[in-house]
Amino acid sequence: MNIVVCIKQVPDTETQIKIAGDGKTIATDDIKWVMNPYDEFGVEEALRIQKAKGGEVIVVGAGPKRVTESLRTALAMGADKAVLIEDDGLYGADPLAVAKILAAAVKPLSPDIVFLGMRAVDDDAGLVGPALAEFLDMPNLSVVTKVEVGEGSVTVQRPVEGQTLVLEASLPAVISAQKGLNEPRYASLPGIMKAKKKPLEVKTLADLGLDKAGKAEIAALTPPPARAAGKTISGETAQELAANLAKALREEAKVI
Amino acid sequence: MDFELSMEQDILRKTVRDFAEKEIAPKARELDEKEQFSLQTMAAMGDLGLFGMVVSEEYGGQGMDYISYIIAVEEIARVDGSHAATVAAGNSLGIGPLYYYGSEEQKHKYLPDLCAGKALWGFGLTEPGAGSDAGGSATTAVLDGNEWVINGSKIFITNASTPISRGVTVMCKTGSRDEKRPELSCILVENGTKGFEAREMHGKMMWRGSNTSELYFEDCRVPKDNMLGLRGKGFHQMLETLDAGRLSIGAMGVGGAQGAYELALRYAKERQQFGRPISTFQVNAFKLADMAMEIEAARLLLYQACWQKDQHKSFSKSAAMGKLYASEVMGRVVNEAVQLHGGYGLMKEYNVERFYRDQKLLTIGEGTSEIQRLVIARLIGAI
Ligand SMILES: Cc1cc2nc3c(=O)[nH]c(=O)nc-3n(C[C@H](O)[C@H](O)[C@H](O)COP(=O)(O)OP(=O)(O)OC[C@H]3O[C@@H](n4cnc5c(N)ncnc54)[C@H](O)[C@@H]3O)c2cc1C
Repeated sequence: MNIVVCIKQVPDTETQIKIAGDGKTIATDDIKWVMNPYDEFGVEEALRIQKAKGGEVIVVGAGPKRVTESLRTALAMGADKAVLIEDDGLYGADPLAVAKILAAAVKPLSPDIVFLGMRAVDDDAGLVGPALAEFLDMPNLSVVTKVEVGEGSVTVQRPVEGQTLVLEASLPAVISAQKGLNEPRYASLPGIMKAKKKPLEVKTLADLGLDKAGKAEIAALTPPPARAAGKTISGETAQELAANLAKALREEAKVI
Repeated sequence: MDFELSMEQDILRKTVRDFAEKEIAPKARELDEKEQFSLQTMAAMGDLGLFGMVVSEEYGGQGMDYISYIIAVEEIARVDGSHAATVAAGNSLGIGPLYYYGSEEQKHKYLPDLCAGKALWGFGLTEPGAGSDAGGSATTAVLDGNEWVINGSKIFITNASTPISRGVTVMCKTGSRDEKRPELSCILVENGTKGFEAREMHGKMMWRGSNTSELYFEDCRVPKDNMLGLRGKGFHQMLETLDAGRLSIGAMGVGGAQGAYELALRYAKERQQFGRPISTFQVNAFKLADMAMEIEAARLLLYQACWQKDQHKSFSKSAAMGKLYASEVMGRVVNEAVQLHGGYGLMKEYNVERFYRDQKLLTIGEGTSEIQRLVIARLIGAI
């Protein structure tokens, strides 16, 4: 069973995001880059399936050279090989273009399963998974919290509004991981040393015969409005509190 | 000049930070409160590979460089001093001497389990009557046929009486060169040997989640082959071990200061008095700026010493400077970090309180600040 995990490198969730001078991108100077946390679930699940069924785990990333570190982290967790499609313009590119590029890189690896995170914590678009499935012509199983691999098929669970959808698909398939799928392992210290020697292949868009021309472009980025301090509603009795709350909602917040 | 960490060092820092925040931080306060050494966190640290970090793979180690080891200790100390102590003493004092001076047989016998974190080893130097003056050890070892017979006691020995402690390296007087200078040698004693007892010490102000023991030797007999390296080389081995060990105490200073500073910065930005965050009062903002600066300076000094060690250059002076400076920086940082917390900083519910106590060991253990100044003064030719 060969498994591919697509990895995006994103700013550490603790990073204070600032908008760059061009008003369209984020300032990357002080950013610590990490593997998208949802992709970690994908790596972990791939390694567990590999342990049970054998085969190879290959991680694929697209972006500037710094993405190498996230790929090496996945190798340190236990993945066997990595492929980087190196291009400085790919960070923040149109998700459809990214999906097309990933599809071109993933296809020749002929995977049985492709994992990725259900969304990236930076742009939150959640588009690459479904688009990748489309471009690879594989079934798409999104937002998954449990995976069971059968003979030529896979059964997964997706939580929906307090219930669980059970979906079955034939393999190969694309699965996007949701929190709760597993508890990702740490890249152990011996793993970090072993990862140094594992193969990491670097490709360019030209190697794939593609360019990054997408359909969507970011016109402007604006910071969210600063959150004002909360307001405490006062009142002696429950009735009075409720009346004051209703009054504030109507007259100040203007929502009712 | 290149101030960039390697990719492996970068991944290591992120991994250990993540691990420390998820596996150690949630338990640190309770272990401190109960004065308890945790076998569970110990096993998790072993699984991650935090022991035997610079030992070659042949003996089950990780084969990393010294900077990597120091980064790992720093990241653990950023959340808890006790766990950092277990790791630092485990690597520098327990594993170090066995790895550098042990025979092949000794190394193969002990190192794999120690490097896997399945066992711990102590380094018994300090005695009730010989602290800073470690050369004045009164514990004796006398050769009787094929055995050393050890008598005496040691105090404050880290990692020696946990349920997984396998033994200790003990510095003993094995004779004398002349009237004034004793012949000192290091001898390995396994836990469970008749005549040897490691008794856990209680009532510590700091490092309460780490294990500290008194060692008692009463006609304790061990095979002659338990000598570590050459007879009479004990003092030299001890000095070298402490040189390297100082770097890990320095790492605890940098990491602990970083942790306390982060707590202070977060708190000062959230806490409002007089209608604004207390961090915006210039006096407090400047304190935080000083903390950030001093921590950075301490880190650079420490990394330089590690780099010298990794390059096989002499590093004794930088190690003493790094240890001294980092431990004193942490002293200043925790002091102001508690001050910024006001009354809350004095409560155990706030982690900064633990950092305040844990810091104090750093200017005392593995050579007090006075002894570091003495070492530096000698190395610059002042004395
Ligand atoms: C929690 C903990 C863990 C420890 N772990 C270990 C361990 O694993 N193995 C081990 O062997 N030891 C260990 N130690 C012992 C530690 O290294 C000693 O406590 C330290 O070296 C100081 O010795 P002392 O306590 O006897 O103080 P002393 O040497 O009695 O010093 C008392 C004071 O006198 C000062 N002083 C002494 N001599 C001079 C001088 N020449 N000039 C100026 N001032 C001087 C000192 O700086 C200090 O301020 C540990 C200690 C603690 C508290």
